[in-house]
Amino acid sequence: MSRLTTFGNALYTGERSFDFVGNRVRWYSIGAAIVVLAIVLTILRGGFTFGIEFRGGSEFRVSAPSDISEQIALDTVGEIVGVDSHPRVSIVGGDSIRVQTEQLTDAQTTQLRGELADAYNVEITEVTASFIGATWGQDITRQALIGLFVFLILVSMVMAVYFRTWKMSIAALTALAHDLLITAGIYGVLGYEITPAAVIGLLTILGYSLYDTVVVFDKVRENTSHDGEESRRTFAESVNLAVNQTLVRSINTSVVAVLPVGSILFIGSLLLGAGTLRDIALALFIGMIAGTYSSIFIAAPLYVHLRENEAEHKKQGRRVTKAKPTSGAVR
Amino acid sequence: MASSSVVTSAVRRFVWLGVIFGLLIGGNAFAVWQNEGSWVPKLALDLQGGTQIILAPLVAEGQDVTEEQLNQAVSIIRQRVDAGGVAEAEVSTQGGSNIVVSIPGTPDAATLERIRSSAKLEFRPVLVTGFAEVAEEVNPEDVIIDEGEPLVTPENASDLAWITPAVDAVYNQLNCEQLDSLGANVADPAQPLVTCSEGGLSKYILGPVEVGGETIDDALAGLIPGPQGSVTTEWGVFLDFDEVGTEGFRRVTERLVGLEGVRNQFAIVLDGKVISAPRTLAAITDGSPQISGSFTQESATVLADQLKFGALPIGFEVQSAETITATLGLSQLQSGLLAGAIGLILVVLYSLVQYRMLGLVTVFSLSTAFVLSYFVITYLSNSQGYRLSLAGVAGLIVAIGITADSFIVFFERIRDELRDGRVLDSAISAAWKRAFRTILASDAVGFLAAAVLFILAVGNVRGFAFTLGITTVVDLIIVALFTQPLMQVLGRTSFFSSGHPISGLDPKALGAVYRGRARFRDPVDVDTTARKKSAKEMKRRQTIAERKAAEEAALEEGKK
Repeated sequence: MSRLTTFGNALYTGERSFDFVGNRVRWYSIGAAIVVLAIVLTILRGGFTFGIEFRGGSEFRVSAPSDISEQIALDTVGEIVGVDSHPRVSIVGGDSIRVQTEQLTDAQTTQLRGELADAYNVEITEVTASFIGATWGQDITRQALIGLFVFLILVSMVMAVYFRTWKMSIAALTALAHDLLITAGIYGVLGYEITPAAVIGLLTILGYSLYDTVVVFDKVRENTSHDGEESRRTFAESVNLAVNQTLVRSINTSVVAVLPVGSILFIGSLLLGAGTLRDIALALFIGMIAGTYSSIFIAAPLYVHLRENEAEHKKQGRRVTKAKPTSGAVR
Repeated sequence: MASSSVVTSAVRRFVWLGVIFGLLIGGNAFAVWQNEGSWVPKLALDLQGGTQIILAPLVAEGQDVTEEQLNQAVSIIRQRVDAGGVAEAEVSTQGGSNIVVSIPGTPDAATLERIRSSAKLEFRPVLVTGFAEVAEEVNPEDVIIDEGEPLVTPENASDLAWITPAVDAVYNQLNCEQLDSLGANVADPAQPLVTCSEGGLSKYILGPVEVGGETIDDALAGLIPGPQGSVTTEWGVFLDFDEVGTEGFRRVTERLVGLEGVRNQFAIVLDGKVISAPRTLAAITDGSPQISGSFTQESATVLADQLKFGALPIGFEVQSAETITATLGLSQLQSGLLAGAIGLILVVLYSLVQYRMLGLVTVFSLSTAFVLSYFVITYLSNSQGYRLSLAGVAGLIVAIGITADSFIVFFERIRDELRDGRVLDSAISAAWKRAFRTILASDAVGFLAAAVLFILAVGNVRGFAFTLGITTVVDLIIVALFTQPLMQVLGRTSFFSSGHPISGLDPKALGAVYRGRARFRDPVDVDTTARKKSAKEMKRRQTIAERKAAEEAALEEGKK
């Protein structure tokens, strides 16, 4: 049997136990520190950089060159605008090249037009330049935000009904905010462009983070709902045991989920450089790790935090402490 | 549970899974046989390319389109394209006046019409009508009546005082063949309009607009019911007005009912042409009229979709429609698939290390989930116009993790039950009850995210939400109809039920120490109440000997 199984046995019986709930101040601090760091560094870098899909940009069209290779355009744009700009190059109508870049200055536009004409060996009049608007316009962003808002309200209600306490909804949404801020922060801190792929990655994290929290909370619900008067544990200890009992699941799931994402990220950035695959995989990679962390280290302790002052749990806590003066290992 | 009923239940689940596969494959085969489908899902714009349509605005000479109009038009066109399927089109402005629509595949005439036409709907009362037969040349712009105020201020829109000599002159000279494009389309709603019917057979003088298309709440295409509620074969569009529209419609129809001759007619004007001018037989007070005309099912649907999202602030003409290659191309798809394959192999290896032979169940379940997803996507691609984008491919690869999680939750539950001292057979049943609850709850959250985003969002987000929804449903189907029955069957094999060291379900390795007949070490973990609850199911199936042993255990527990 693998070592993780033996480890799982010890966690299940409570022989071994990590104090997720007791050391919550430490875990909150770590989470908060990373979130603050993400926000501050992003602001220091001057906020997020949005891709041409959001801001619009410049479009060039080379009519009927003899060689319709997309690579020529990619190289030419790279020389003038910089390697980091990822232009979108397509062949239109079978014989023209369409190049879309970020918004260029007038000087750059003139220069790139000339260079493109040279590179494709056509007259400069065969290269037209124009502005293009955002393909991911305000209306898409607005609708996505409305969707996000409606989802958060609905999912809070669903969780409150399912778990029969709205405090779990609050804890889960706090953990979600933590995950989203950190994931978005990675783009701000590294200065990567926010592309539609990155936004879609972020929206996936929205579902994943809550999914993971629900799995942990379902075990918490199960353990704590059994606690009657005769329970030998405080509420906090019950929650802590539940988190420990699902720890092997959390580790296995996050490894299994992160492996494919990691391989996309690795192949995406190594083989292809910046692009859709890297953008979506980066958001998922960071978000999934943050999501697993926050379910265990933030959502569960926060839930205890919110509930342990309830009269019933206080009474239960006193009873247990009286019967068991040393609050040692969870037993 | 008797052994035969376990097997029956497992077989029943397998059969259901078979039925789902059968329906998908059958539906797909039918589409292929009808030459409307393929066995490979269609790819989106970013992977396969498509058609780039450039729309130029139709405005009178010297007039400019404002940025606001253009953005509004982009938004409306995007919704119209979305309404036609989950095609993930790209819509943007170009050069400050044009709109570029890129859609996958080659658009047919109906699609172009859906995108292009402004769909400005107006309801105007008919003042005069006649056959269109004048052949004299007339400048199309002159149909806009903007000067020559009527001598007598008209009382209402049906008042014949609207027909000034200028209006009459235009009417007499009107050549319906020239009516297209400019003119009628951008007529002032507060002025009378001289125009023709859609086929160009009759011409009209119409009063000012009484009810505008912007007051339409919803529009639906359907078959027009006959006089006695019988079903006809005539297609029409059913409208639902908002409060303003309902009130306006009531007022107008109440007035028209009392009028004689052609002035009893109410013209429905679409983009400056009369599509029909029905007689007003009764006042319409419920704000839900229907439009009939010479509609086919397709043209009725297109019009309903257009009306639903509002009229474009300006009309457009198709300037060019050219093929366009993929912005990302197949190299990205290949890399994505390669990454997915590597990821899958790593997942398989990890599962085998963690769960030994049980890991094979993960592998088979994931493979089945992959095949099922493939057929679902292919089927939806054929029937709903769904197209797979690179983001969608990434979403599917991510789904490997989420799907595998369901198995992990299930397996860990089985192990927990084994640790509690159950025999494998009952451990699987008990674990399934709890695990399925968890899986259902967590999948519900995922599905809710997908559904909300699909309904509310537009553009790429919608396509992505669709993919997310598919994977969530596939996850549920596989875990309930494949993994669970497979575990039940495997649990009956001696390899697993004896807890072979490499089965992944060895009770000894899991810390459940055998203490005697049908009794393992006391679970030290779960308190009494919890055990009572979780053991309810177990109790029901105990043999007499087991029950006695359990009573003994309970006594001991009490003494503690």
